[in-house]
Amino acid sequence: MIIHQLSVFLENKSGRLTEVLEVLGEENIRITALSVADTTEFGILRLIVSDPERARELLKLQNFTVNLTDVISVMAPSEAKHYAKILKILSDIDISVEYTYAFSVGDKSIIILRCSDTENAIKALKSHEMELLKASDLYKI
Amino acid sequence: MEIWNPHFECMDRKGISRVQSERLRETVERVYFNVPYYRNKMQEAGLGPESIQTIDDIVKLPFTTKQDLRDNYPFGLFAVPMSEIVRVHASSGTTGKPTVVGYTRNDISTWSEVMARTLTSAGANKNDFIQVAYGYGLFTGGLGLHYGGEKIGASVIPISGGNTVRQIQLMHDFGSTVLACTPSYALFLSEAIQESGIKREDLKLRVGVFGAEPWTENMRREIEDKLRIKAIDIYGLSEVIGPGVASECMIQEGLHINEDHFFPEIIDPKTLKVLPSGSTGELVFTTITKVGLPLIRYRTRDLTRLTYDTCKCGRTMVRMDKCLGRSDDMLIIRGINLFPSQVESVLLEMNEIKPHYLLIVDRVNNLDTLELKVEVDEAFFQDKISQLESLRQKLQNNLESSLGLGIKVTLVEPKIIERSEGKSQRVIDKRKY
Repeated sequence: MIIHQLSVFLENKSGRLTEVLEVLGEENIRITALSVADTTEFGILRLIVSDPERARELLKLQNFTVNLTDVISVMAPSEAKHYAKILKILSDIDISVEYTYAFSVGDKSIIILRCSDTENAIKALKSHEMELLKASDLYKI
Repeated sequence: MEIWNPHFECMDRKGISRVQSERLRETVERVYFNVPYYRNKMQEAGLGPESIQTIDDIVKLPFTTKQDLRDNYPFGLFAVPMSEIVRVHASSGTTGKPTVVGYTRNDISTWSEVMARTLTSAGANKNDFIQVAYGYGLFTGGLGLHYGGEKIGASVIPISGGNTVRQIQLMHDFGSTVLACTPSYALFLSEAIQESGIKREDLKLRVGVFGAEPWTENMRREIEDKLRIKAIDIYGLSEVIGPGVASECMIQEGLHINEDHFFPEIIDPKTLKVLPSGSTGELVFTTITKVGLPLIRYRTRDLTRLTYDTCKCGRTMVRMDKCLGRSDDMLIIRGINLFPSQVESVLLEMNEIKPHYLLIVDRVNNLDTLELKVEVDEAFFQDKISQLESLRQKLQNNLESSLGLGIKVTLVEPKIIERSEGKSQRVIDKRKY
């Protein structure tokens, strides 16, 4: 249930994101989801890709600072109340969400969550019968 | 044009040599018997106090460097018991330890004397209001100007550095006639005055004594135009005494060195040989009257040239050119000395950062800015903005408290900063003096 998300440190300057995508593109790595968090000087690129271990090696070879981060992914109907319910389940047991992003496929949303306590977040979401995705599910989308 | 102490300042060359010889003999005897460090060094060179008879014998003596002061931190080179020391000052050092200097009551009086000469040669007298906008504290700038100002009987305004709004207000309300600060702050003030809406005619400012950092003739013209004052260059370093080592007169053709107190030589920084008169090289000083911390052939690392003919002002004291640069990698930022190795030692204490860095010095709105680009260690990179932000803040705080200087820290991607086996480019100085 744990998904390895690729996190890349980027300086805020034009062309850097393109370079990351070109490196991955040359090796036919697929991107399921992408999000960027940024400040005025630097940013962190977060990617769900088909082969995170290999993607990490490729980027390291090109001198990028890269790390794999554990995240979880939940599939839910696209109505806002479902997203709200997921967050409520976690906050009720004092698990904080460090960041989250989502995208929709048909009438469903796929939600990525980075939690302060990944193991217990998975347990709690499962006990509320939330539909958790495995890495293999996610990479096929 | 007034001269504070014409007896010494206008003495003929022969007389100066005689005074210097006598004072050097006394100094050498004092350090030989009171400072084990100097005694050992002289003995190693096969010298005793009797080896030094005239000023020309000075070339036999070994040099002293900033490293020697550091190795004897804090008081190892003092030549008197601490009970005789009435003041200490300190400047930032390269390894976190400052360079400490000590003054006896007599030294403070010598310092006041040379600062009185400095201010008098800039045209100041007891009728002046001197606004001292150099920092007061461990830095010698503020108190050096202060004591000199009091000695000539002027009214001293000890406002210290910063707080530009108040500087302008007091300059206007008190009618300051003399401004003492760094040349870059003078330029900054000139623009702030324009913006404040205060009319130049309502200010009584007449002259500025500027130093503690290098500046060019262009910068002088700009300050003189904008502030409509005469801008006088002064030179000093805390190890020798502080401000008051040398200063320009109204003729503005070189800085008169108070050579009856500080004996200058010009050496080749590589061979350490004394260069013929008129050559450009590294300036070396021997203090020949200081009691608390006498220094023998102290290498300033400043590059300049000496001129021995009599100045149009009547003074015979040897003149040095404006400093042309340094023979080491020291930077002067807003009047504060900074060695790149100081930055490095802060970085080495932090595991989250690789000691690969680039320092960028610039001048924005006439004030020096300092930026540090540094690489994040991959082992530490954890994909949280807040974590990177707090790392950046921590590094910035550590640097500011250790360097005593504001600095902007920017985190960069790895391998951006050039690596090399030898001396890599660690500093980019974009300032145009």
